[in-house]
Amino acid sequence: MSVTTKRGKLLRNTGFYAAAFAAAIFVATPILFALLGGFKDNEQLRENSLGLPNPWNWQHYTDVLVDATFWRQLGNSVFIAVASTFIVVAAAAAVAYVFARFEFRGREGLFTLFAAGMMFPFAVAVLPLFIILRTFEMLNSPFGVILPQAAFGLPLTIIILRSFFRQIPGEVEEAATIDGAGPWRFFLQILLPMSRPVLATVSVLALVGSWNSYLLPLVVFTKPTWQTLPLGVTQFQGEYSSDTAKVLAYVMLAMLPALIFYAFAERQLISGLTSGGTKG
Amino acid sequence: MSSVNSKPPAPAVRIDDSQASSKPAGAGGAPRAKRRGRRPGAATLTVFIAPALVLFVLFVLFPVLFAAYTAFFRWNGLGGLPTDFVGLENFKTLIGDEVFLGDMWRIGLITVLSIAVQLPLAFGLAMLLHQNFPGRTAFRLLFFVPYILTEAVTAVLFSLIFSPRRGFADSLLAGLGFDDRIGWLSDRGLVVFVLFGILTWKFFGFHMILYLAGRQNIPEELYEAAKVDGATGGQLFRYITVPLMGPTVRITVFLSVIGTVQLFDLVYVLTKGGPFHASETLAITMYEQGFVRNQIGYASALSIAMFLVSLVFALIYQRYVLGRDLQGSLTNGGRA
Repeated sequence: MSVTTKRGKLLRNTGFYAAAFAAAIFVATPILFALLGGFKDNEQLRENSLGLPNPWNWQHYTDVLVDATFWRQLGNSVFIAVASTFIVVAAAAAVAYVFARFEFRGREGLFTLFAAGMMFPFAVAVLPLFIILRTFEMLNSPFGVILPQAAFGLPLTIIILRSFFRQIPGEVEEAATIDGAGPWRFFLQILLPMSRPVLATVSVLALVGSWNSYLLPLVVFTKPTWQTLPLGVTQFQGEYSSDTAKVLAYVMLAMLPALIFYAFAERQLISGLTSGGTKG
Repeated sequence: MSSVNSKPPAPAVRIDDSQASSKPAGAGGAPRAKRRGRRPGAATLTVFIAPALVLFVLFVLFPVLFAAYTAFFRWNGLGGLPTDFVGLENFKTLIGDEVFLGDMWRIGLITVLSIAVQLPLAFGLAMLLHQNFPGRTAFRLLFFVPYILTEAVTAVLFSLIFSPRRGFADSLLAGLGFDDRIGWLSDRGLVVFVLFGILTWKFFGFHMILYLAGRQNIPEELYEAAKVDGATGGQLFRYITVPLMGPTVRITVFLSVIGTVQLFDLVYVLTKGGPFHASETLAITMYEQGFVRNQIGYASALSIAMFLVSLVFALIYQRYVLGRDLQGSLTNGGRA
């Protein structure tokens, strides 16, 4: 491995780049196909599917961007993701705090109960959830998606937060107690602000999970009012099945928010995924 | 429980304590030693626990138990609770159901393909990106992009790429000089392999990131010491990298299998399980039976089967494969 000569290093780097570029082409081709395809018309897609658009056709992208349905679905996705993230992080932080910092009878049993939730595939619950939501007339209500999503996010969020909270030294809490802070003030004014990085991590995981979810919105939102972007894309494909270029523009614009989010929250996302630990 | 993770939209991995992100500033390395046995009032406890517990019981525990209950009935989902108790009938039907058996076969096939192709690809690229060469950050960012895209949206994109009306894949082949039309998604023998290709595209970046993190956790001193002793590159890889990457590899295999068992979004949007169930998954069979044909009891039996498959795999895997990781290289794999 210790290649020291210039020539050797050049060779080595060439090999690296060859492999890396091969993988990059594999990854980028489908996305470029969507991006460029949206700028073509359907005739170009047929006759010139590999080349650059000629001429560049902005019609499909502008059509989607002035489409109220697209913006409504985008707004629904954002609202549902933010609401379920807020609920899961708030509820999980409170209970993780109690698990991490207090002794009480049944603590370990209760924690195990939550942690066992990791083992239930969401698909197991979706039929009963549908029946429950139908019974309580929560179909087509955003909370029919928000609350189950938050509930299924609890186990992982609790496990991560608990293991973080218990690493905060006891002295911090003692100092706060001496200064007269009760459990509430300690939790809200000291523990949570100290935990900002891990709160960011679990929030990003919850946001992404909600943003991507498909099965639950599919069965809960039978009417268009609250339908989210993933549902919207699949329906748009159904409606415009013969207009591939238009669908590609819709696909590309639906991917864009996630790509922008990734650009800004890459660190939290990666650390969440690699450290989203189950140390509990 | 020693923590089984089995929900990949938000995949989770064991780590050791050296992850910077999981450590509060200034906490040094002194976990839990300082915990006090404080006894808060019952009222305070209730307020802190209740929201999470209520959510969890209503929307996780109860539905799962309800699914287990309805699996023993014939039920169309209407009119109060199920009444037509049929015992194990649904499960008996299940083990003779060719669609179900096909689902299980495809879980095995995709698992084998993933371990043989997808994970080695991810591993190789992680080792590559661990090398220091200009531009590697850009490659790393790019390789992770497919993983962050929504499965359903990805599926729409690939259904256009593999469209029967001369999609992009056909044009690409024509550009290379092969002018055949291939029924990418309509050929019963081929569709699983096309699906596997898409799954590889979508998920290799996730495994790559885990391998990269695992590789970065191997102390460089080990390599330096071995080099001083005259080890070759191949020996470094064989005797340091491979064994120390073991825990990470075992976790990714685990996550990959569990993810395969639970596949739904991507496949449902791409093919709806077709043609003739050739790409169907357990979750799709469950969805079709429950939401399309209103066989709620049978669909519940399918979902319980999915849970059991995950659970049995997880238990066996934990016991025989992950067991040693939990004792050694990972800090407190069990409870603290």
